[in-house]
Amino acid sequence: MAALFKARRALGMVVGHGVRCLSQLAELPELHQMMRQTCRDYAQKELAPIAAQLDKDHRFPAKQVQELGAMGVMAVEVPESLGGAGMDYLAYCLAVEELSRGCASTGVIVSVNNSLYLGPILKFGTEEQKKQWITPFTTGEKVGCFALSEPGNGSDAGAASTLAQREGDEWVLNGTKAWITNCWDASATVVFATTDKSLKHKGISAFLVPMPHPGLSLGKKEDKLGIRASSTANIILEDCRIPLGNMLGERGMGFKIAMQTLDSGRLGIAAQALGIAQAALDCAADYAHKRTAFGAPIGKLQAIQFKLADMALATESARLLTWRAAMLRDAKKPFTKEAAMAKLAASEAATFVSHQAIQVLGGMGYVTDMPAERHYRDARITEIYEGTSEIQRLVIANNILKEYQQ
Amino acid sequence: MSARVLVGVKRVIDYAVKIRVKPDRTGVVTDGVKHSMNPFCEIAVEEAVKLKEKKLVKEVVAVSCGPQQVQETIRTALAMGADRGIHVEVSGKDYETLGPLQVSKILAALAKKEQADLIILGKQAIDDDCNQTGQMTAALLDWPQRSPEDGTFASEVNIEADKLKVVREIDGGLETIKINLPAVVTADLRLNTPRYATLPNIMKAKKKKIANVKPADLGVDVSSRLEVLKVDEPPQRQAGVKVETVHDLVGKLKEAGRI
Repeated sequence: MAALFKARRALGMVVGHGVRCLSQLAELPELHQMMRQTCRDYAQKELAPIAAQLDKDHRFPAKQVQELGAMGVMAVEVPESLGGAGMDYLAYCLAVEELSRGCASTGVIVSVNNSLYLGPILKFGTEEQKKQWITPFTTGEKVGCFALSEPGNGSDAGAASTLAQREGDEWVLNGTKAWITNCWDASATVVFATTDKSLKHKGISAFLVPMPHPGLSLGKKEDKLGIRASSTANIILEDCRIPLGNMLGERGMGFKIAMQTLDSGRLGIAAQALGIAQAALDCAADYAHKRTAFGAPIGKLQAIQFKLADMALATESARLLTWRAAMLRDAKKPFTKEAAMAKLAASEAATFVSHQAIQVLGGMGYVTDMPAERHYRDARITEIYEGTSEIQRLVIANNILKEYQQ
Repeated sequence: MSARVLVGVKRVIDYAVKIRVKPDRTGVVTDGVKHSMNPFCEIAVEEAVKLKEKKLVKEVVAVSCGPQQVQETIRTALAMGADRGIHVEVSGKDYETLGPLQVSKILAALAKKEQADLIILGKQAIDDDCNQTGQMTAALLDWPQRSPEDGTFASEVNIEADKLKVVREIDGGLETIKINLPAVVTADLRLNTPRYATLPNIMKAKKKKIANVKPADLGVDVSSRLEVLKVDEPPQRQAGVKVETVHDLVGKLKEAGRI
């Protein structure tokens, strides 16, 4: 009797709207399929043809970002009342993957704006802050960035040494932030600074700073291996004064805000890595049909077939992990472990697949005539930013040990 | 301004797919092959939605004929801005033999039923390349029909005081044509650039209605007057021959009986 009841409930879950369950891993809901197709069409027609040139020129795709803003992609999860698309996180991950398949730099620009900038303000901001700092950043006209890392600490986020001192009705920020994606093109940033170093990570708070702003300057644009159309630089704060109302969340909440933001942000990066992996796989599989050697297309050779199989397997597995983590987040269930697994799997898949893609292309994979070399360069960073692969392993291990707590 | 526009949208094999002939040579392989909205139909939808944004028409209705899958195509039109959809159910053998004659009968019947003032269609479909449905529909309704393209650049389509005004570029400048409504317009490639559906519109599309009708309800007989005898691949392209001089070229052409 109890078993029948459970089965009926399970069926109800499958049939009901908006409830995420395993059956949806087999096929996405119609809404998500339409959305995915739109993003795929856009990426194929508008991003893929210019990606190589954007990479060469180190150029921010301003026009495309505006078009994506008009489509609602720059603020997928933001409610319509604030100017966003009002869709769920699974939709967002699908969007980032499809866009990254066309251009990985555009993918990270979209991801940073959505997850790292809009994300924390949506979750921790006051109504006033949301209106001021969210709505103008949904249209693609303005993008935001996230300033946590410093020259002295990346993984060790709790050791932030950027200072925030209260002087009258202002906060004064001093310090340097490093590796900030989007900063040369951004109009605002979420900055993490400590009000009391002795409290260690509990002394960190989050602040909203407009850009440009007196006391805030940018370091030189880093000359990166990959994702070159997205700008990365230091943010230097020298007596940067902001109103008291610019603190995000409560005093001392900064570390918690950062960690929770990164939990979601890493799904965006997982999606970006999936897009890169898929693009590399597309390139390799297409080449396997066309290139002939020993009298037949190389796709007939087992050596190539095994590679393609492993590449597809790595990508598909990481994709399912990403979707599952996104679905858990949408169902408001704990998803930290799953998000770390997704990011780890997807980024390692991206580097593996793009490496093998060059191998399949042989000499052609090494030159800029084919996109394989760009995918290889773009993939590498996914194992580093928003939590290195080593940190992801620590997060997963900690969660596992907690589950098995004696 | 109470005009209602009917837009026909056809589900076809995606333009990027490599077409394969079925082994029994009765048609092309469609199972498991990617399908999408006919590109000319996308342009038709875009034009209709633009007219609505200019407040020249009140309602845009997207129509498609075919099996269950054409609902995807109708939803895409809804996501681009159409207000509601009509799915004319045609499946199995009837769908395989469905052609411009039957579709134009269906569209004519729907135009009367829905009291449409304007029908916008793609000039042709990329699968059969017939370029007949627009003309046949107009003939059945006894409405004027115009392609704003007609092989040249169309700048805009407008509705002014119950007449359709079409401006197009010609060699000497701009030509403005006025035709009486109701009318049929067929859209060619250079009329506009179809928009990408925005995420909010995709969400709204889910709530828009798609009505189901059968051809019989409209009094239309969908049996075909044509029978496909066989379908073959185009002949393999033969290698050419290089010649040294114009004299040689003329000689070779004469040899081949071409001149």
